[in-house]
Amino acid sequence: MTRLATTFSANRPALIAFITAGDGDTAANLDALVAGGADIVELGMPFTDPMADGPAIQAANLRSLGAGTTTADIFALAGDFRARHPAVPLVLMGYANPMVRRGPEWLADQCQAAGVDGVICVDIPVEEDAALGPALRAAGVAVIRLATPTTDAARLPAVLEGAGGFLYYVSVAGVTGKQQAAGGAIADAVARLKAATDLPVAVGFGVRTPDQAADIARVADGVVVGSAIVELIAQHRENAPSRVEAFVASLRRAMDGARQPEEIPQ
Amino acid sequence: MVAPTPNSYRTQPDSEGHFGAYGGRYVAETLMPLVLELEAEYNRAKADPAFRAEFDYLLEHYVGRPSPLYYAERLTDAVRTDCDDAHGAEIWFKRDELNHTGAHKINNCVGQILLAIRMGKTRIIAETGAGQHGVATATVAARFGLPCVIYMGARDMERQAPNVFRMKLLGAQVIGVESGARTLKDAMNEALRDWVANVDDTFYIIGTAAGPHPYPELVRDFQSVIGTEARAQMLARTERLPDLLVAAIGGGSNAIGLFHPFLDDKDVAMLGVEAAGHGLDKQHAASLAGGAPGILHGNKTYLLQDEDGQIAEAHSISAGLDYPGIGPEHAWLKDSGRVEYTAVTDTEALTAFQLLCKTEGIIPALEPAHAIAAVVDRAKTMPRDKIVLANLCGRGDKDIFTVAEALGVEL
Ligand SMILES: Cc1ncc(COP(=O)(O)O)c(C=O)c1O
Repeated sequence: MTRLATTFSANRPALIAFITAGDGDTAANLDALVAGGADIVELGMPFTDPMADGPAIQAANLRSLGAGTTTADIFALAGDFRARHPAVPLVLMGYANPMVRRGPEWLADQCQAAGVDGVICVDIPVEEDAALGPALRAAGVAVIRLATPTTDAARLPAVLEGAGGFLYYVSVAGVTGKQQAAGGAIADAVARLKAATDLPVAVGFGVRTPDQAADIARVADGVVVGSAIVELIAQHRENAPSRVEAFVASLRRAMDGARQPEEIPQ
Repeated sequence: MVAPTPNSYRTQPDSEGHFGAYGGRYVAETLMPLVLELEAEYNRAKADPAFRAEFDYLLEHYVGRPSPLYYAERLTDAVRTDCDDAHGAEIWFKRDELNHTGAHKINNCVGQILLAIRMGKTRIIAETGAGQHGVATATVAARFGLPCVIYMGARDMERQAPNVFRMKLLGAQVIGVESGARTLKDAMNEALRDWVANVDDTFYIIGTAAGPHPYPELVRDFQSVIGTEARAQMLARTERLPDLLVAAIGGGSNAIGLFHPFLDDKDVAMLGVEAAGHGLDKQHAASLAGGAPGILHGNKTYLLQDEDGQIAEAHSISAGLDYPGIGPEHAWLKDSGRVEYTAVTDTEALTAFQLLCKTEGIIPALEPAHAIAAVVDRAKTMPRDKIVLANLCGRGDKDIFTVAEALGVEL
């Protein structure tokens, strides 16, 4: 079983925590995510033009690039993480141009060498899968697809084709950050997605508080939290790791309290 | 990379929106269904004679088309004093600066707002660099009574202040964008963020022949009125086709609009002029000359970028050319060899700007001033019986403050 599959087969909702690579002390912050109880780590590859991101993650991208972060640095961070945490799934999230700059095979090789389990590329929809998907799948790296409120039933099977790891449900039409998604709508959407795929379904975008994470944990296989953690890093800089760990632990407790193991949807 | 010569250069893109290896639909999943819906609606509109009729009607009576085709006799004479007796081709202009709102941008905006209305959209957004596309969008939004939000880099708002005021007079809300270099690229990021958050009611009027499919195709089709008119006018006036077409390139919409109807006329050469800014070895906006293929803003095309794929900040004195990418059809036309591309610096464009003012009594926008600089250069090397036709795609009223500053004049 892959690391991602093992994680989702555990009897608890997965907490997926996002930070931007190269923004602050990334290694320490990654360790803090794991110590706080994150099940899966999502590492953002910074890009000059993060057009799907709200202000918090935009600023993190620019801080990271301003500090001189390179693609080589990101894979070094990933490889070191893998050495420290052999069992924790690591997913790269980012934009097409930095990912395909040296060719899709190059990226796939780097992912494989660094122990990256999956890749989420914001601006490669299934229609353009050829740009990256075949190389990743050939290297055993999951192509993690996004489904959104605009992905209708007719389109969903196409989105699922070639998808791996888990299905990432973007709970609101919008950018990462502030907006809150309505709970009922999320439950309906997750049920619809789970009827169409055996992949675990994780929900993200706009999840900021332990209460929100708990609500989603009742209906989905995973919860993604990004901007709220990135904001802590922006605010606390070198003192961020302990704050990040405490915040992630609060999410973890809320999610674990949200449902009993026997309630886990099959 | 030179592809085999196709039978026709006018059949792109393919059904997936690819121009050879370029173009495509590199957008977030949230936007993908919208982009597919737009494509389907555009195909229906193309097949609907009533759509074409309304477009033509508005271009004639609202925009003021056809724009004149003008033989620039005094500019031609000026060029001829600068070369031997055998050389100095005739210089002609397609006068799209005489359009309502002062540039070619309105052609595309009329087409797109008619599409927006067909689709039942009730809110318009756009990005703008020089402000010409923003003004044209605000204009059609006012004409059809739709609310309109324009995203503009904060730096561009400073250097194109008259256009900011024009947009506001027309009832648009202008939102300054503070991220990145605070120019056109950043405005486009912000417009995409708005669109992704307002998928139900909003139509995004993209201002150049770039972005996800079908934008490069539909913007080209709407702008092709320039080349279609010019071709007929030239034949009527001279009973021949021009020998060389020249146009400035930001994203490439005025250029593809002029070029596309001539692409299968084998004897018509074409020259696209990018902005070389401070020089191609310094900061510039020439993505074909100094960039490499990559993915940005929904399409695969040539981009100014570093070895990690981070997008470089472009520079041009002309806000309308200050963009690190280019429309995908130009990327394909470059690789195929059908169109030649060159680049002109800020200084060369300023010289051409002043030359046109003094020889022809026409104040051009800084964007076509780049084309004029290339025209003057080329005409000198071409025999006198040849014809160069350039797209005078905008007038310079918006640029007088920038030019004054560059010339050290205090207003
Ligand atoms: C007058 C004028 N010409 C040219 C351009 C560049 O755009 P494009 O290359 O799409 O024609 C602009 C853009 O603002 C413009 O205002």
